[in-house]
Order: sequence, then C-alpha cells, then structure tokens
Amino acid sequence: MTKVRTGYIHPIDLKHGKVDMTHGSGGRAMAQLVEELFLAAFDNEYLNQQNDQASFHVPGGRMVMATDSHVVSPLFFPGGDIGCLSVHGTLNDVAMAGAVPLYLSAGFILEEGFPLADLARIVASMAHAAGEAGVPIVTGDTKVVERGKGDGVFINTTGIGVVPAGVNISGERARPGDAIIVSGPIGDHGVAIMSLRENLSFGTAIQSDTAALHGLVAEMVSAVTDIHVLRDPTRGGLATTLNEIARQSGVGMMLRETALPIRAEVRAACEFLGLDPLYSANEGKLVAICSREDANALLAAMRAHPLGKDAALIGEVIADSHHFVQMETAFGGRRIVDWLTGEQLPRIC
Amino acid sequence: MKYIDEFRDGTLAKKLAADIRREVQPSRSYSLMEFCGGHTHAIFRYGIQDLLPENVRMIHGPGCPVCVLPIGRVDNAIALTRMPGVILCSYGDMLRVPGSERVSLLKAKAGGADVRMIYSSADALRIAQKNPDKQVVFFAIGFETTTPPTAVAILQAQKLGLANFSVFSNHVLTPSAIANILESPEVRKLGLLPLDGFIGPAHVSTVIGSRPYEYFAYEYQRPVVIAGFEPLDVMQAVLMLVRQLNEGRAEVENEFARAVTREGNLKALDMVAEVFELRRSFEWRGLGLVPYSGLKIKGKYAEFDAERRFELAYRTVPDNKACECGAIIRGVRKPLDCKLFGTVCTPENPVGSCMVSSEGACAAYYTYGRYKEATSFTAKDAK
Repeated sequence: MTKVRTGYIHPIDLKHGKVDMTHGSGGRAMAQLVEELFLAAFDNEYLNQQNDQASFHVPGGRMVMATDSHVVSPLFFPGGDIGCLSVHGTLNDVAMAGAVPLYLSAGFILEEGFPLADLARIVASMAHAAGEAGVPIVTGDTKVVERGKGDGVFINTTGIGVVPAGVNISGERARPGDAIIVSGPIGDHGVAIMSLRENLSFGTAIQSDTAALHGLVAEMVSAVTDIHVLRDPTRGGLATTLNEIARQSGVGMMLRETALPIRAEVRAACEFLGLDPLYSANEGKLVAICSREDANALLAAMRAHPLGKDAALIGEVIADSHHFVQMETAFGGRRIVDWLTGEQLPRIC
Repeated sequence: MKYIDEFRDGTLAKKLAADIRREVQPSRSYSLMEFCGGHTHAIFRYGIQDLLPENVRMIHGPGCPVCVLPIGRVDNAIALTRMPGVILCSYGDMLRVPGSERVSLLKAKAGGADVRMIYSSADALRIAQKNPDKQVVFFAIGFETTTPPTAVAILQAQKLGLANFSVFSNHVLTPSAIANILESPEVRKLGLLPLDGFIGPAHVSTVIGSRPYEYFAYEYQRPVVIAGFEPLDVMQAVLMLVRQLNEGRAEVENEFARAVTREGNLKALDMVAEVFELRRSFEWRGLGLVPYSGLKIKGKYAEFDAERRFELAYRTVPDNKACECGAIIRGVRKPLDCKLFGTVCTPENPVGSCMVSSEGACAAYYTYGRYKEATSFTAKDAK
C-alpha cells in the first residue's frame, strides 16, 4: 500500500492550471489560491494574519489615499506588465501629494480560463515591485467572472501614505511665473504599448518606463519643501496633464518644444505612426511646478536621482484667462497644445 | 533624425520667410490652396501662416478623405453593421463621423454592433481569416495613397479564397476634385474665390506621380508645386509658387523630389487598375456629384464588393443646414465663419466631418488656432 504523507494537499497547478469559477466562490479552492499564490508571493505580517482586513497604527499627520484600476492590454509588454504597473501606478499617485507611501491593497478580477502561469508571473512581478519600493501589499480580494466577461485579469490597487509637515502639493497651486519641470523623456510607455498593438517591431525595442517614483519625490521634497504641483502624466500624456493643471489653477502655460526631452526611438516611432509624444502615456515620469527661485535646487535634486537624471525645465506658467497650454515650436511659431479628444489615432494616409 | 529634423529647422524657416517676404509683390495678393489635409495639419501645427506675409493667403482644400465622405455613405456603413453576422472594419477617424440622426459607427458599436478599429487593410484580412463564420467588411476610404493597399487586400483575399471578406469602397481621386474646384462658379465666373495656385499633395503624388497635374497647370493656367509634409517643404513650395506667379509661369514643379517622380509608383497604379474602375459620378460632401471622381470594384472582383454582396442602396442626405463643412472644404468659408464652430460643433461632439478628422480644417483650427482669438498674436509678433 502506498504511503500517503499525512496532511498532504495537492498544490495548485501553477504551470498548467487555469482559473475556474471555484476560485472565486469563497470556498476551499479560493482559499488555496490565495494561500499558495498571493500570500506566498506578497508575504508580510499583515497579510499572513489572513483576516479580511489589515490592521496597523497610523502615524500622525495628513494622510493620503489613492486608487487605480488597471485594464491594460496586452498584459505583458517590453519593460513591464500589468502587475508592476498596478503597483507603480498607485505608489505614484500617493507620491504626487508629496506623501510617503505606507501600505497597498490589491483586488483581482480574474476571467474564467485565464492561465495560472500568467497570473503567477503577474503576482511575482507585483511582489517584486512592492518589495523594491518597500511598501507591502497588506490586504486584497479575488473575484472570478465568466469567460468573455473580463480581459484576462483586471487589477485594482489602493494605497495610503502620510504627507510630511510643511508640504502642500496640489493641482490648483500653479502660479504665473512658476517653472515647469519634467523628470525625464516623455512618451515611452504609450509608444511601447502602441507598437505592440500595431504588430510593429522596431530595430530598438521601445520599453515602457514604468517605475515607482516615491524615492525621487522624497529627495525632491527634501530639497524644496514648497513644491506647488506634482503629477504623473499617465493616460493622455504630458499635454493632458498640463491642461488639467492649467484648468485647476486657473492659469496658462508656455512650453518650449526644443526643451522637451524625448528619446530618439520614441520620436522616430511617433513620426512613423503619426502620433504626438506629448499625448503618449508615461508610467515612470512626473511633472513638477515650483517657483522660479526654487527651480534650480529642484532640478539639481532630481538629476542626482537615477529616475530624474534627465530632468528638464520645459516652460513656465503664465497668466491666461483662457487656460491655454501653448508651445513655442522648434520651427519658430506658436501653437496650442490642446486636450486630447478620445484616443490618439495613427495617420491614415 | 534624418529627413525630419533638417526639414523642421527654425533658422532655415526664418530665412525662407524672409525670402518670401522679399519676393512677394506688395501690390498683389497670392491665394494658394493646399489640397491635402496633411498639409492643412502641418500649416496649423507649425504656425506657418504666421510666418507668411499678409498678402499670401492659404486656402484649405478638400483633401481629407474623412471630411469629403457624404452622410449617405456613412449611413450605408452603419446599415452594414446592422446586418446579421457582419464585422465592420474601419479606420479610427471614420468611427466618429456622425451619419443621419447623429449616429456614428462608434455609437453603433456602443449599441452592440461589431465594429473594429483597424490600422490597415491587412488587419481587416486577418480578422476575416480569424472569423470564418462572420462576414467581414472593410470600410475603405482615402485618396490615391490608400487605394493600392485596398487593391492588395482584394487580390490577397482572392488568392486565399476568402469567401467572407468584402470591401465597401469609397476611394476618391485627387485630380477630379481639383478640376471640380477650378470649374466651380465661385472660382470660374464669380471670382469669389481667388485661386492662384496649388500646393500638390505629398503622399498621393508618390503614387500618381507629378504628371497628372500638368493638365491643370496648362488648362487652367495655375501653377502647381508638389510639396512634402514637413514645414520647410511647405514654405519652400510657397516660395516656388510665388516665383511662378511673379514670372507669369504656370508649371508643375516638384519640391518633394526625394519621394515623388513624374511617373509615380507604376506597380501600385497597375494593381489599382487591375481591381478598380471609375464610377460615373460620386457624391462628395460640399462638392455635390463629381463626375469620374470615385472608384468602384470591377466586375471581375465582384465577390469582394460589399455594395453588391449586401445590395446597398444609396440615399443622399443633406448636411445640417447650419453646418458649413461643404463651403469650408471648397475653401469658400473659414471654420470661424460657421455658426456652429466651437459651440455646438466640437471635436467631442462633431456635427460635420471637418471637425472629426485630425486633418479636417475645423479640427486643425480648433486644436491649433484657437488662441488667435484669445490673444492678439499676429504674424508681426512671430518675428
């Protein structure tokens, strides 16, 4: 008679298995998925308590909370995947208030039939991103929807953080005369995704720039306490973000096209597709607006950090009752950098 | 970046602007039509009009394939999506053009129709291969630039024996449109639209060559300069047109020599001739019925013609009374002249097609030029 090890439970088949409806039903199958996949990867004292909620003491001060849902397709792209993107995205939203991120949550909506190997890859990527950032994922949720009702996997992350004293960063604080600074080359992520969708492969693969920016922000806040505005230009690109800020603050902006940092490969891909890098998403960049007097100190602090080494001063805030974002073109003329209408579309002819 | 940066050089631009300013005769005006939507877009994006003297006026022509498609054809496309088992494949810009009752393909998609956005005719073929149980229709639009890829798709479909693939052809021809404008009462008799010369389309000309324009230069005594899409291309072309007009010449010159030859792309032209033939007439938004201006699929390839396969009947639908798209496409009005511009009609909520396509005059004006009303920025300030 074969000897069966006492207490042995057949582990989940992370290599060949697929998500099925039992994984979302709250029963043993789901518990096993949570334990063997999520808990094993995220592994921290809060999560390991296996309560429906995480409990911790809150440091005094002003708290910040941010949430992001991720539906990116394709799930895996050069430079990242939906997993690390979902961690970086929420960490960055918290950091844009100047706050130090403390804890993250992660909710998953899985489509029936989604390969567990892909889920494991995504979860490992999230664990790595959270570990690198020093911010644990302390609570989560799992649901399963029927085949056809999801796009493989949707992820929601929520994060909380605390704002250091004296820091007051908000979208309505841009003032005429302020400097507009960007932390590095723009357009990478959007073009990386678009080039995959178009089945275009370039000689140089364009990588997404997805990254957690809270370390960079901490250096920035340390050098200049009175930063007026911070925002990460994700969907809609730098142009959309600047238009949002202009409207919130009731100001206009004047950019200099020659000052915009853009990688040569991104520029070339955009020319080819008929896209504008100004409207292409970024997942590891930020825009900072501060007083003219603070600009040099802020730039120096940014350039000293690996994620800000190509930081550039790209323009200034001006008074404008129309709240237009304008740009002096390399050509010598002037144009409006308007809001995007819907999605950027490649040229037809 | 090769072929790009050199043609956007600001110093050269200033020099060209100075040359143009020096050579224009102060007593006369120069009304130049840029036919192609891509040129309209470039003029606005780089603020070229601001660098030109006041007596050089750019008139925006009808070279935007999305803009010139009449409502009736959009209605046909929407009707196709309502047929059972049909997947309609369309370029992105076309999705937002409103048909009758302001339904667009995008709204039809939200209502459950299977409409797919594609980037090229090859994508449509792929979708047909992946969905053998569906009828896949490619909503083909465009001037001579996009016609060869449609021809290729049909030839490929035939080679693959794809029984579920067809094309709804709305391809139109550039020379016919130019002739129509030159023959219009505003230009010909009434002198309402002074039209001294043309900037010829860039990519269209890589396909058809420079030869077809020689007829216009000779017959109508208007100079034509074919220009590339970069801003320096456009400015160089303006200078060349100014010189021709000053010297009383009416010739075809090719500024875009790095991509355009006199004969054009013979292989592409052969493929188009193999698959397509001329329609007797085709309705254009703003121009009405234009003879021999559109292409339909030859009988030889009838099985790939969506109009035949689905027995589509065409019905003319007049534009919204207040919409000035027609006049704007002809160059007779400017976007600001339209009562609906920027109020009822915006890129988010377009009434007419000029506001939908990024190459439409209204969209270009709205996106790049609004500030002109906001500030008092004029050509003088650009110095």
